[in-house]
Amino acid sequence: MKFKKTVLTALAVILALGLAHSALAQKEITLLNVSYDPTREFYQEFNATFVKYWAEKTGQTVTIRQSHGGSGKQARAVIDGLEADVVSLALAYDVDAIARGELISEKWQSRLPDNSSPYFSTIVFLVRKGNPKNIKDWDDLIKPGVSVITPNPKTSGGARWNYLAAWGFALKRWGDEAKAKDFVAALFKNVPILDTGARGSTTTFVERGIGDVLLAWENEALLAINTLGKDKFEIVIPSLSILAEPPVSVVDAVVDRRGTREVADAYLRYLYTEEGQILAGKHYHRPRLESVAAKYEGQFPKVNLFTIDQLLGGWPEAQKKHFGDGGIFDQLYQPNK
Amino acid sequence: MGKLSMPMNTTIAARATLNAGIGGGQESKLFRWALIAIATAFLGLFLFAPIIAVFAKALEKGLSVYFSAITEPDAQAAIRLTILTAAITVPLNLCFGVAAAWAITKFDFFGKNLLITLIDIPFSVSPVISGMIFVLLFGAQSLLGPFLTAHNIKIIFAVPGIVLATIFVTSPFIARELIPVMQAQGSEEEQAAISLGASGWQIFWRVTLPNIKWGLLYGVILCNARAMGEFGAVSVVSGHIRGLTNTMPLHVEILYNEFQFVAAFSVASLLTILALVTLAAKNFVQKKSRQRFITSPVEGIDYSGVQL
Amino acid sequence: MKPKSILLKQRGVLPGFGLTMGFTIFYLSMVILIPISMIFIKTASMSWDQFVGAVTSPRAMAAYYLSFTASFIAAMINGIFGIIVAWVLERYNFPGKRIIDGLLDLPFALPTAVAGITLTAIYSSNGWFGQYLEAIGIKAAYSPLGVVIVLTFVGLPFVVRTLQPVLHDFDKEMEDAAASLGANRWQTFTKVILPELLPALLTGFVLAFARGLGEYGSVIFIAGNMPMRTEITPLLIMIKLEQFDYAGASAIAAVFLLASFTLLLLINLLQRRKNLVRA
Repeated sequence: MKFKKTVLTALAVILALGLAHSALAQKEITLLNVSYDPTREFYQEFNATFVKYWAEKTGQTVTIRQSHGGSGKQARAVIDGLEADVVSLALAYDVDAIARGELISEKWQSRLPDNSSPYFSTIVFLVRKGNPKNIKDWDDLIKPGVSVITPNPKTSGGARWNYLAAWGFALKRWGDEAKAKDFVAALFKNVPILDTGARGSTTTFVERGIGDVLLAWENEALLAINTLGKDKFEIVIPSLSILAEPPVSVVDAVVDRRGTREVADAYLRYLYTEEGQILAGKHYHRPRLESVAAKYEGQFPKVNLFTIDQLLGGWPEAQKKHFGDGGIFDQLYQPNK
Repeated sequence: MGKLSMPMNTTIAARATLNAGIGGGQESKLFRWALIAIATAFLGLFLFAPIIAVFAKALEKGLSVYFSAITEPDAQAAIRLTILTAAITVPLNLCFGVAAAWAITKFDFFGKNLLITLIDIPFSVSPVISGMIFVLLFGAQSLLGPFLTAHNIKIIFAVPGIVLATIFVTSPFIARELIPVMQAQGSEEEQAAISLGASGWQIFWRVTLPNIKWGLLYGVILCNARAMGEFGAVSVVSGHIRGLTNTMPLHVEILYNEFQFVAAFSVASLLTILALVTLAAKNFVQKKSRQRFITSPVEGIDYSGVQL
Repeated sequence: MKPKSILLKQRGVLPGFGLTMGFTIFYLSMVILIPISMIFIKTASMSWDQFVGAVTSPRAMAAYYLSFTASFIAAMINGIFGIIVAWVLERYNFPGKRIIDGLLDLPFALPTAVAGITLTAIYSSNGWFGQYLEAIGIKAAYSPLGVVIVLTFVGLPFVVRTLQPVLHDFDKEMEDAAASLGANRWQTFTKVILPELLPALLTGFVLAFARGLGEYGSVIFIAGNMPMRTEITPLLIMIKLEQFDYAGASAIAAVFLLASFTLLLLINLLQRRKNLVRA
């Protein structure tokens, strides 16, 4: 049967091409960094710098790929088979989730300095120029007629920081969980749209002109102001906010399988060097290194910060209580027309 | 069953004579021009403005920005992946289309209508669902997941997943074009050939293929356009790794979400050119073959019942 | 349809049945049937209460409502303007007619993501048309109206392309007869021409409607994707997927698939009717 032969030959050729393609791809060293939303610009520049550094140090050429999205969504993609060598996510819980999927060692957080978060940030408000709704602090967000933009805490790490910052503020102000719950419920009543990632929310606020205030990573807010115009937006620092520590880790199962542990490890450690810290500062993440932090002092105003351990008992508890299925967030958020 | 038995061969020539007979209708001149104005205004708002807008936005900051946007490495990688996907998808669906059309039109068997309906299924499935079924099938949490991970086979969030989703979405195109064409052709010529002692392959190559080549080409053009332009299904399985698993439509989305509007529209303009070339090729084939094919729409629905 | 005896004889004569049939079944199973059955397998893993809870949640209901109404309105717009465009293209001569006819299928050929960002750019509040709409208080992009606009675009060719051949083959003598019996042009159109067009019009309408229902790529850019307000059903499925609520996504997808299959059936029925009428 000649036809059969041709079909089979065609299939074989396609298969061979596919295999050759993947074989070719394996010759060069590649790293995939699966990250959360607002780090696009930072890692783009950091990757280029690291590639140069690594070539000088070892003579190897390494290609670094990036994938960005809401932190929770990205973590689930890694659990579901997205082959990340390193993850740089918005919060420790998402890395823990991957660790529970047995892809990352349980002790990941102690493997690198500063809880494995080479830079930190916080949550601030981005408002339209002149602050027409006169938003000064968290309690202004629940006023009627104020439209608040924040992403979906189920998929976005930044959104969980936003939510917990609001919760922490209410807890500190009224010292009572029931009051805190009412406060956050009132806040989410004012949220007309939940994007899946922080970048989606920024686009909604900045490009689509929806909302009076965007709850954002400080770095995302600074990026929006500095690239899209100081004449359009301004940043408001609330009286209290949360210390947000986005962690990084190698994905042990993947680097061991692909033989990329050495370069993946060096990649993450490079984040802690002066070069890495300068780039972090340049892209509006707060650096850990004192010398670099001093250099960027003017960029980052003093903020009164609390940590998740202080007010919320750490990530596992906060996650379960607030963001699990049927958790407080599910009870609070009833989208309305 | 009416679907298959309809006449297919209203020739362009016949249409032309008819046209000449019809002339200008009986409406007053004013009314006629008013209708023409309404029609063109509607199409202007919804059809021509978008075409112009793509190029206007892409060239907003000049040619050099345009060219750097489409030659930048990630854009190049997206273009390569899009071409690779189409290069695998179209031949496979071509084999499928020819085999299915041959089985359905040359033989009689139980359940033929069911088979035709099954072939149509992808047309009626929303693109998002087309993508998600492969995540359910091959994701790490699926039944096959542990096996795939253990053997280091990557399907979802990698090129094979993109190809599979694209094959699914575009699988009916060629079959759907060929079935009516071959049905209309009948099998008398093939039977004559076989009585003269030709082998099966010879019959296909020498007798059937020349008769169906335009229909085949037509199906390939449509299949290719959809394979290169598919967004929803591919978006679900891609993993969005820049430079690795982003096709052109996904790259457009990423650029757009990164506020790089000029770059987004630059890559979009390439896809628009592809669409215009597709339309030109389609019209050329129609003219050349002097046939009106089933204008199979690129997405969403079985259009083949429409009698043209 | 050929007499059955001839067809039956063919199986003995022409070669390749086993090979082509085998390949077709194999390919269909691997590429279409097994993957799509996953939706129902996954859905079956839910309890009945969970299933009902997922597919009737207020957010899901709002999404169905938007998907159906926006597709319906867009198909109506395409129905009305489709008659005019088809009429103009078939009956009149004017400059640019052939270009219009050639470009009419563009919504079929243009990738949906491109259509989405482009229409958003045109109809957003600082876009070419959006700024004027904004001035008179109409918000086009990031509102349900935006969904209608893109669905009108993607469904645009259906009605025109189904009407064209019918209009083309229309018996002019019937029009002349109507005119000679004293009917004016409008009466001729509504009483003589329109009834003949109706089956094709209905088919085009349902095709455009079904196409709009499944559309994803172009809508997500213009809709603003606000839960309960501008979130279409395919997007809700996508969001469930992104939250890795696979069972919930499958449940809504199963409901949606049944709706599309029903429409497919309806189209085939319409088609059969139309063929009967025309025969």
